[in-house]
Amino acid sequence: MLEDWVVLTVSFCYLGILFGIAYYGDKRADAGRSIISNPYIYTLSIAVYCTAWTFYGSVGRAAVSGVGFLPIYLGPTLIAALWGVLLRKIIRITKVHRITTIADFIASRYGKSSVVAGLVTIIAVLGIMPYISLQLKAVSTSFNVLHTYPDLSVSHIWWQDTALYVAMMMAAFSILFGTRHIDVTEHHEGMVAAVAFESVVKLLAFSLVGVFVTYGLFNGPGDLFHSAAKLPELGKLMEMEAMGGGYASWFSLTFLSMMAIMFLPRQFQVLVLENVNDDHVQKATWLFPLYLLAINLFVLPIAFAGLLRFSQGSVDPDTFVLTLPLASNRPLIALFVFLGGLSAATGMVIVATIALSTMVCNDLVMPVLLRIRALQPKSFSRLLLGIRRVSIVAILLLGYLYYRLIGESYALVTIGLVSFAAAAQFAPPILLGIYWKGASKKGAITGLLAGFLVWAYTLVLPSFAKSGWLSMSLITEGPFGIGLLAPYGLFGLTMYDPVTHSVFWSMLANMGCLVAISLFDRQSTMERLQATLFVDVYTQGIDIEDQRLWRGTSTVAELKNLVARLVGRSRAERAFSDYARRRDIRLEGDVRADSKLVEFAERELSGAIGAASARVMVSSVVKGEALSMDGVMKILDETTQVIEYSRRLEQKSRELEAATRELKEANERLQELDLMKDEFVSIVSHELRTPLTAIRALTEILYDNPNLDRGKRQNFLSNVVLETERLTRLINQILDLDKIESGRVVLEMARVDLKEVLEAGLVATSQLISEKSIHVKKVVPPTPVVLMADRDRLLEVVINLVSNAAKFCTKGTGRIELRLVSEDGTARVEVSDNGPGISPEEQERIFEKFHQIRTGQEFKPMGSGLGLTICRSIIEHHGGRIWVESELGRGATFIFALPTQEEEIFRIPPP
Amino acid sequence: MSRKVLIVDDEPNIVLSLEFLMEEAGYDVRSVTDGQQALDAVREDVPDLILLDIMLPKLDGYEICREIRANPRCKNVRVIMLTAKGREVDQEKGLAFGADEYITKPFSTREVVEKVKQILGD
Repeated sequence: MLEDWVVLTVSFCYLGILFGIAYYGDKRADAGRSIISNPYIYTLSIAVYCTAWTFYGSVGRAAVSGVGFLPIYLGPTLIAALWGVLLRKIIRITKVHRITTIADFIASRYGKSSVVAGLVTIIAVLGIMPYISLQLKAVSTSFNVLHTYPDLSVSHIWWQDTALYVAMMMAAFSILFGTRHIDVTEHHEGMVAAVAFESVVKLLAFSLVGVFVTYGLFNGPGDLFHSAAKLPELGKLMEMEAMGGGYASWFSLTFLSMMAIMFLPRQFQVLVLENVNDDHVQKATWLFPLYLLAINLFVLPIAFAGLLRFSQGSVDPDTFVLTLPLASNRPLIALFVFLGGLSAATGMVIVATIALSTMVCNDLVMPVLLRIRALQPKSFSRLLLGIRRVSIVAILLLGYLYYRLIGESYALVTIGLVSFAAAAQFAPPILLGIYWKGASKKGAITGLLAGFLVWAYTLVLPSFAKSGWLSMSLITEGPFGIGLLAPYGLFGLTMYDPVTHSVFWSMLANMGCLVAISLFDRQSTMERLQATLFVDVYTQGIDIEDQRLWRGTSTVAELKNLVARLVGRSRAERAFSDYARRRDIRLEGDVRADSKLVEFAERELSGAIGAASARVMVSSVVKGEALSMDGVMKILDETTQVIEYSRRLEQKSRELEAATRELKEANERLQELDLMKDEFVSIVSHELRTPLTAIRALTEILYDNPNLDRGKRQNFLSNVVLETERLTRLINQILDLDKIESGRVVLEMARVDLKEVLEAGLVATSQLISEKSIHVKKVVPPTPVVLMADRDRLLEVVINLVSNAAKFCTKGTGRIELRLVSEDGTARVEVSDNGPGISPEEQERIFEKFHQIRTGQEFKPMGSGLGLTICRSIIEHHGGRIWVESELGRGATFIFALPTQEEEIFRIPPP
Repeated sequence: MSRKVLIVDDEPNIVLSLEFLMEEAGYDVRSVTDGQQALDAVREDVPDLILLDIMLPKLDGYEICREIRANPRCKNVRVIMLTAKGREVDQEKGLAFGADEYITKPFSTREVVEKVKQILGD
């Protein structure tokens, strides 16, 4: 319908535009003005996920299984939510270690092992090959549709096969924009720009055909779905049951695509390696799912329209996007759709071949070359680029061959899923590797190998059988007729579809081996080192150069030559002089290189040939023990040490804080005490001066007036005697109190009968009581109340309380009541009077030193103001309590309570 | 007419000796034992001089001194603080509250009499 030359010209023009964009992108990058350094281009480049498979295959799958195409886009949407944590960490590790490919990433993690690198490369190449062939098939099929519609016969003469030419064009693009630099860690900005452009084209093309079908062929989505629902076989597609395998299949496809979006080599390339700034991840986290939503919007409408339009089986659903416009005689729309498909295919193939060729070169060819000593050429850099270019061509040719030999027998979607399942094998070693230090090299190798073998056995082998290379009986009856080993039903697990079945067993084998072997494996120093650097990438910081890992010796010149052989003389010179300038040192040729420089050289090399190969190369010139144990231990210990230090620091500062607080409190207490002492001394001196003043004044008067009449003279003299007594009592009490308070007093504990003490107290105060004619009442139990105490001290308390009571009683009408109660292990003595009483505010203060109550009394009472203070000290030293109960005008009752501790008393033999 | 002296102290024997000394010196003596009584006594009949203790019940000597100084009727009243508070800060405080003289207890009886006479200009 469309002439060949029109399609070809348009295709070539389009590819020309791509070359132009890529060229422009690289030019801008060289000038230091990147056009890709923004989150939108980053997101569009991630959309390389949507290949020709999405473009044609989604409709095909929707036509067969309804919403069954969705998990492929649901998975990425789900895992995008974790990118902020997961992807950022991977990106950080990649930047710190100058990782070049996904194989390099896994190999670096597991002790820079070239075995791991090689294994990952093999899995990647074998796993992705069908995917590449799928793209070629899509382009060629779509070209044929355009070319032959409505006849749809396919030409099989190889030189007429468009896929071959498409493959060659893609190879040319990949070589031009994918192998410009020897250092792979430099971004392929031109390629990314072109891929982002292609993502725009394919979205526009798909949306165009979607709009055309929905609104051109039908009257909007309502009309379309209404018509579809009328046909019973189409109505079924709108239900979950349409999807073969049900929920298990839904789950496994979602899981597969979650892994694929991160670990397909081309996705790893654009997501991680081509990431310019990890801040872009944040926006991509929601922008990319939005892109997926947009490109899937019209999948169901187109599928339904195709099924409604064409009779059952007359047209391959995979081609609906093309055949619908063609059938409606809209060749221009079809042409644009073809370009969209071409975009989707080329984007994927270019990125995938660049990623794969780097892996093949660095992780398969280089290690072999490095081991053949005789083959050491003077300069590797040309050789390296050569190897990469040859790899690109070889990979595309292999893809083409796969397509010619096998691809015809498979639907697009199934081929894609086979590749997804292969990429999922990388998930366990990466995800466990960046969060679990214990994951070991042996574990990773075994896991990868086991997963890969299961994958090959359960998905690839059957595909060979279906292509007629092997007997179909292998699938139906199992090898040698052993049903348990049938590739689609291992160990009798037949309830799942082949992909789910394969994912289940391969993931089980992969993860199981990785975990089980790691648990029993002893890691080498190198493995432990790399594991720590990966897992703790945030805490270890970026400055690996400082960590002095190399111990062997080498000269600066040797190292520079080594780097020059790989990356070219001028680049090496530049790198070394940059290094010297940054560190402000001079690098003389014959000077011994220090470990930092060796480390630097190794990193320069890893940027070109990957960590594993770089390690081999550096050890070839560095003599002596390669790995410095000190350096390694330093890094390994650093994290734990830092944690330990900060823990100790925290504890120290907590202790310090506590100590400061205690000191402050102690200081406050001291100041308080000091103030109290100052106050005490001041009060004491005041109290002492008062009687002294009276004594001095009275005696001076007596001395100066010898003719004083006798009555006055006697009065003055008796007052001098009273004041002297007061002074003596005061001094005694102050000393006494000081002794009790400082704890120097020793209570002479003995069995004491409180009844007897009360009696003695009354005897001692009898003169005071009879002077004021006070009526005394005594209420005591009939039996003795015995406790352990210092009798003289208790007597002192009783005398004090009774004389206090007497002091406040009015002469003539005074009444004092003494009560002794013993109950519940406590003896209580109460001394009540009918004096003026004590106000509530005063009740606590009266026990303070020198506090005196002077209610209704003209002059100050004669006491020292220390009596109650001493009483309280004595009672408290006996483990008891003293307090007062009173109301103003109703007298006061002083009470003290002492523990009697019966059992203790009985243990002591009576005297 | 003899000058009037008011004695304010709550220690009976100190009041006893001061009364004796002031009477011997020929003054008209009254004595009270707390702050409130002191103010009442001043209001009733303004004395020429007050012998004032500081540690008093109800109102302390500083307060009494301030009240007296705030009363225009009492502008000629002289105040001698007689106190057992011997620290320098107590003395400064007393003078700051408007006392004319500050004598620390225990005092010499002759000194007290001389101080009183000197202040009253006799």
